[in-house]
Amino acid sequence: MDAILFLIFAGIAVICGLNLVLQKHPISSALSLVGVMGSLAVLYLLLGGEFISMAQLIVYAGAIMVLFIFVIMLLNAGTERPSRRRLWAQYAGVPLLAAMLAIAFYIIQRALPPSPGVHFGAFQHGNPFDIGIKLFENYVLPFEVTSLLILIAIIGAIVLARKEIN
Amino acid sequence: MPQLPSAAPLSWYLILSAILFVLGVAGFLFRRNIITVFMSIELMLNAVNLSFIAFSYQLGQNDGHIFSFFVMVVAAAEAAVGLAIILTVFKNRQTLEIDEISSLKN
Amino acid sequence: MQTSTETLLASQQLWLIPILPFLGFLLNGIFGKRLPKAAINVIACGSVLLSFLWVLKTLNALGSLETPYVEHYYTWIQSGTLNISVDFAVDRLTEVMLLIVTGVGFLIHVYAVGYMAHEGGYYRFFAYFNLFMFFMLILVLGANFLVLFVGWEGVGLCSYLLIGFYFLEKFATDAGNKAFIVNRIGDYGFSLAVFLIAIHFGSLDFGRVFSQVKDMPVESSPGWITAISLLLLVGAAGKSAQIPLYVWLPDAMAGPTPVSALIHAATMVTAGVYMIARSSQLYLHSAFALNLVAIIGVATAFFAATIGLLQNDIKKVFAYSTVSQLGYMFLGLGAGAFSAGIFHLMTHAFFKALLFLGAGSVIHALGGEQDMRKMGGLARKIPITCVVLFCAGVAIAGVPFTSGHYSKDAILDAAYTLSPWMFWLGTFTAFLTAFYVFRALFLTFFGEYRGTYGREPVHEHSGHGDGHGHGAIHESPPIMWIPLAILAVLSLVGGFINVPKFLEPMFKLSEGELPSFVSLGPMIAGLTGIGLAYVFYVLAPKVPEQLASAFSGLYVLIYNKYFVDELYDATVVRPVVDGSRTLLWRTADAELIDGTVNGIGRTASGIGGVLRLLQSGFIRSYAAWVVAGSITVVLVMALWGGSR
Repeated sequence: MDAILFLIFAGIAVICGLNLVLQKHPISSALSLVGVMGSLAVLYLLLGGEFISMAQLIVYAGAIMVLFIFVIMLLNAGTERPSRRRLWAQYAGVPLLAAMLAIAFYIIQRALPPSPGVHFGAFQHGNPFDIGIKLFENYVLPFEVTSLLILIAIIGAIVLARKEIN
Repeated sequence: MPQLPSAAPLSWYLILSAILFVLGVAGFLFRRNIITVFMSIELMLNAVNLSFIAFSYQLGQNDGHIFSFFVMVVAAAEAAVGLAIILTVFKNRQTLEIDEISSLKN
Repeated sequence: MQTSTETLLASQQLWLIPILPFLGFLLNGIFGKRLPKAAINVIACGSVLLSFLWVLKTLNALGSLETPYVEHYYTWIQSGTLNISVDFAVDRLTEVMLLIVTGVGFLIHVYAVGYMAHEGGYYRFFAYFNLFMFFMLILVLGANFLVLFVGWEGVGLCSYLLIGFYFLEKFATDAGNKAFIVNRIGDYGFSLAVFLIAIHFGSLDFGRVFSQVKDMPVESSPGWITAISLLLLVGAAGKSAQIPLYVWLPDAMAGPTPVSALIHAATMVTAGVYMIARSSQLYLHSAFALNLVAIIGVATAFFAATIGLLQNDIKKVFAYSTVSQLGYMFLGLGAGAFSAGIFHLMTHAFFKALLFLGAGSVIHALGGEQDMRKMGGLARKIPITCVVLFCAGVAIAGVPFTSGHYSKDAILDAAYTLSPWMFWLGTFTAFLTAFYVFRALFLTFFGEYRGTYGREPVHEHSGHGDGHGHGAIHESPPIMWIPLAILAVLSLVGGFINVPKFLEPMFKLSEGELPSFVSLGPMIAGLTGIGLAYVFYVLAPKVPEQLASAFSGLYVLIYNKYFVDELYDATVVRPVVDGSRTLLWRTADAELIDGTVNGIGRTASGIGGVLRLLQSGFIRSYAAWVVAGSITVVLVMALWGGSR
């Protein structure tokens, strides 16, 4: 059962990812990305991360992607025109990526110790309670720092995106 | 039809993560619209998140979840600022083509 | 080195002796531009006078020095077993030198106040003059070879600065260069000698070195003692203008006359003589070197005297005379009579300084004229100068009872003991000396005035400054002739200061009977010379010209100084200059070194040009590079490392 669920949602994720790369219009890419995030959320659930799964849906898919779509609409980004010239990166990119994938597969297969497999419910510590304890006991400092980071980001965004005052 | 295992082994999750990551890189290299490039970056981050959670499952501790949480926070901040930058660039150059933004040439 | 004398007396503050002129140099050098002339004079002359008085006071306090009095200041070099410190030492030889340097130096400073009164760069002149005194005193007071060398080099520097004082004239700067470069050759020999001394004796201190040498048996002295002596001789030959390094001294007349008097007559050129006298122990242990000193001395004396016979520039005559008299001093040293050499050094300081200063007085009176063919009949117009110059003349000729007679006699006595041919050559040179000096004097003061000064409404300068068109030939002011008078008195009676007796504890006097012609010979030669000069230049002025045309070949040879300068130019100077220019400058410097350095620059810029292409400005290519890089890193880590 877990395997089938995994395969379905993994498939959805891969198809949406391919869609993101291959679509011409940014809006289509954005919606594909939302699809990826959604399927990943399910996979997180399978892996026992309830909190993260919900956070993914709320923060990532719900806020960040909405922001993306706002900006796409604002800028009225149209369909991408085919490029006039080809960069060497585009020629080199395919083999590079293939190499990357191959290496990743190789390492995963060789280096990973054998495990029994992922059973839904085998991981008990993904609940908010445990996460919260971990977060505020061991990782308080990074927590505070990231809040500062968000503050900086807010200020940056405001400064960058405001209208000129003439 | 090969016999499916009852539960997906962890390596499959990691392979999925790798595939998504490579897709993100591909989008970064081959797309010309800035916003699409940005979204590819987000895809890469998601792939990494997945691998964090997977390893966290294997180790039996929820530190990976914490990491993933922080990654999300940082991705949010980055998205905000990055989109603001894109807006500014658009205001100045009226284009969203990534190849046009090459003032740092040479 | 503590001596019994030193422990009894309080410290004499020997350092004051050179420091006072040095302060004069600093004050005049830094502030001189803004000071009035009177202040500059007081500082310059006053510092030397104070130094002289301090010398007198020190000599009085030290009493009769049997052993040297040493003052130790600080340790300069401490390297392994070699320990060199800054020490000053005074013994009888030093006392003689100190008195000469400060005394005659003071008189010349006073004279220079008058002579340079109308010159530009007034404060600079006196600053350099004081600096020279400082270095010369360090040279004389030094208690080891290195301190002496500091003074040695320093006086060479001041000589260069003062010869090239009129630095806008090319021949003056050329002369300064020549002096310095030729001196350098001598200094090279001196340095090598110092190294050898340090190696073999383990110290440069005079006391230590010479006491070690003294203990060596004379007959079986090692070869390196000869080597050291010869190298020191090279240094002395450079500084004291002996063959073959004398060529700079006649050209040094380009400097102002007080410079010629002080540096090139009385003090600097005597440094070589002093140094050899100081190192007498070394030379006594190497008969070969000592003989060579005498041979070079007598050869130089004769050679320079012949050149001096035909010169027309009054200063050049006296310059060659200096070279010749220095040869006499070397002859005295080489004959083993070190005290005779020093005695002649002292008397020579008196009459040669007087000759130069007197010549300066003549030049000053004539508004810058130096060619004797344009002088004559000045005896009535500048009587004081005439009288004092004749005093110097009789002294240098060795007329009995003058100072020059006693010192020259002492030298020639010793020369006869060494080898008779040197005695005869020296006596003949004495004849020549008397002849050319009185030739100069008669041409200048007797007969009819052949020049044009004072007869034209406007006169033009010759190249040597001193143009203050008074329009009439007049005597020098008192500030100039009073020092001359003092020097004249010293030239006449200075011989009664029995220097050899004074130096006896240091340099043994020779005993023995000498044939009577040995003491009569020089006297007769001198008087004959004066007489012949009188005949040639007063009674029968046409005779010299007739002789010159009769022996025209010889005349041309001697008049052109035997073409020595041209010979040096062709054999040494031109090859070095041309070789440097083509080989070293063009090839080595311009092509090799510049090429390498520029090549490195070009390579760096080339590499930069290639790397620049990375910065294409396209973000996607950057991304591709990042991907490639990360793959590489992962590969490397997976295959060869990582933490597992």
